[in-house]
Amino acid sequence: MQGPLIDTLARQGVTRRTFLKYCATLASMMALPPSAGRAMAEAMAAARRPSVIWLPFQECTGCTESITRSHSPTLEGMIFDMISLDYQVTIMAAAGHQAEEALRNAMLENDGKYLLVVDGSIPMGDPGYGTHGGHSFVDHLQQAAKGAAAIIAVGTCASYGGIPKANPNPTGAVSVSDIIKDKPIVNIPGCPPIPVVMTGVLAHYLTFGSLPELDAKGRPKAFFGETIHDRCYRRPFYDQGKFAKTFDDEGARRGWCLFELGCKGPVTYNACATVKWNGGTSWPVESGHGCLGCSEPDFWDAGGFYKALSVPADPLKLAAAAAVVGAGAGVAVSFANRAKKGAAKKAHQPITLADLEK
Amino acid sequence: MNDLQFLTWVRGTGLDIAVGIFLLGVLWRLIEIYTLGRKKDLAAPRHAAGASGLHTVFRRSLPPPGMLKRSPVSYIGGYIFHIGLAVIVFLGAPHILLITNLTGLSWPGLPTQFIDLVTVVTMAAMVVMLVDRINKPVKRFLSTFEDWFTWAVTFLPVLTGWLAVQHLLLPYTTMLALHILSAEILLVVLPFTKLFHAFTLFGSRWYNGSANARKGVPV
Repeated sequence: MQGPLIDTLARQGVTRRTFLKYCATLASMMALPPSAGRAMAEAMAAARRPSVIWLPFQECTGCTESITRSHSPTLEGMIFDMISLDYQVTIMAAAGHQAEEALRNAMLENDGKYLLVVDGSIPMGDPGYGTHGGHSFVDHLQQAAKGAAAIIAVGTCASYGGIPKANPNPTGAVSVSDIIKDKPIVNIPGCPPIPVVMTGVLAHYLTFGSLPELDAKGRPKAFFGETIHDRCYRRPFYDQGKFAKTFDDEGARRGWCLFELGCKGPVTYNACATVKWNGGTSWPVESGHGCLGCSEPDFWDAGGFYKALSVPADPLKLAAAAAVVGAGAGVAVSFANRAKKGAAKKAHQPITLADLEK
Repeated sequence: MNDLQFLTWVRGTGLDIAVGIFLLGVLWRLIEIYTLGRKKDLAAPRHAAGASGLHTVFRRSLPPPGMLKRSPVSYIGGYIFHIGLAVIVFLGAPHILLITNLTGLSWPGLPTQFIDLVTVVTMAAMVVMLVDRINKPVKRFLSTFEDWFTWAVTFLPVLTGWLAVQHLLLPYTTMLALHILSAEILLVVLPFTKLFHAFTLFGSRWYNGSANARKGVPV
């Protein structure tokens, strides 16, 4: 399918009106002015399919699943279909040398213009931990990054190292931004990331020719500007001090705050609470489980999923020993003080009147 | 180290070290102080030892006649910030959760908004007391480095906690980590500075009260 996006959408039964509404929603979701919705619609409708090269590294394919396999063909899914996905080993028909050739051709034909999407972390411990066609992941990434207009790191693994990087990080996993320093990189973390964030970034790129505004961790501010906790519908219960203590108690049934059950919502920046999942059906906290913090770097090693943020991340190991040492020091010092007192008493020489009159 | 790693460190290793030093210091000093002993008073007691010790524990919390008028800031400000600190530490929900985790004891907390209000009032009282210490020549003259230092280590956990909850200055994760770190600094410093009065206050009042009663000045 070639030609402008709007034609392809029309063929699939999407009316112009639906498309405009979608663009307006997307613009408002990204906190852009109302006029941006129209600009977005015009730019996206007319857009020729941008070439996208998708490199999967140390990943579980969950990110690809999240974005490509929605229950119904959503607009996100369709727009995702509209990009010219020239290389994606998971879903492309070609394999082996054919696939490698597709990659080479896409890189040559669209040099300096293609978008590079990466999911998965890159193992630096040994190049043999991950290869495509006899080349290590890091070589692949460096080659593909050279001609890329921008890089989109999809998922927490590509953005921050993710689960492969979890302690003790056996493969020496690193993120895309740890290796590539000279290209604009957008991180879309999440395990998996929210599909609309991907579309939003793509729409922004197609409309304005640039990447959206990013936060300090390279995430689009529009979607990662606020914490889960601040936008959570259970927040009023937190403020009232009403907490579920177990997953099946009265509080849990009443939908009280999951903070005590280890919810990482307060330190997790993502849009789950507002955008939700599966076409707005639900999201983790709504289904009764605390947030794992999956869009934050090193969420896997943040002290346990079921420990509240305000309790120790690890059991206290030094406390007992320190108490014993402290008590020992106290006793030792008190003996020393007693000895000093005793010595002073012994050395004391009473002064008599006769002494004074001498 | 990113902000979440920083937070995990202060919740893990940092807390472990801080609680360790705190326990070590508290036990050391309590044992040392209470085993010091006093010289035996050979004089016959001039007043039968009774409840004077206990009375003094409470009476010293009240200003002697005329003192409230002479230094209202010290008394009123002191009351406000001590009660405020106790409310924040012992009735804030996340704080109770920490205590429950460490000791197994648990009790209900107060709503966030109320704790928020108490925090602002506490900080205001502490700032007023600091300004008073700077402005009054006598207070300033009597102040040593330790006074300024202990004020700061007490004030910082309150300030950072409030900034974190209000999402001011820094992202929540970083501010929360700084809040926990500042509380850990307070724990480390407490046994070795005048902040140790949290443990010795009532004991020394009792001692003074009963010694005075023995000398014929019962209260």
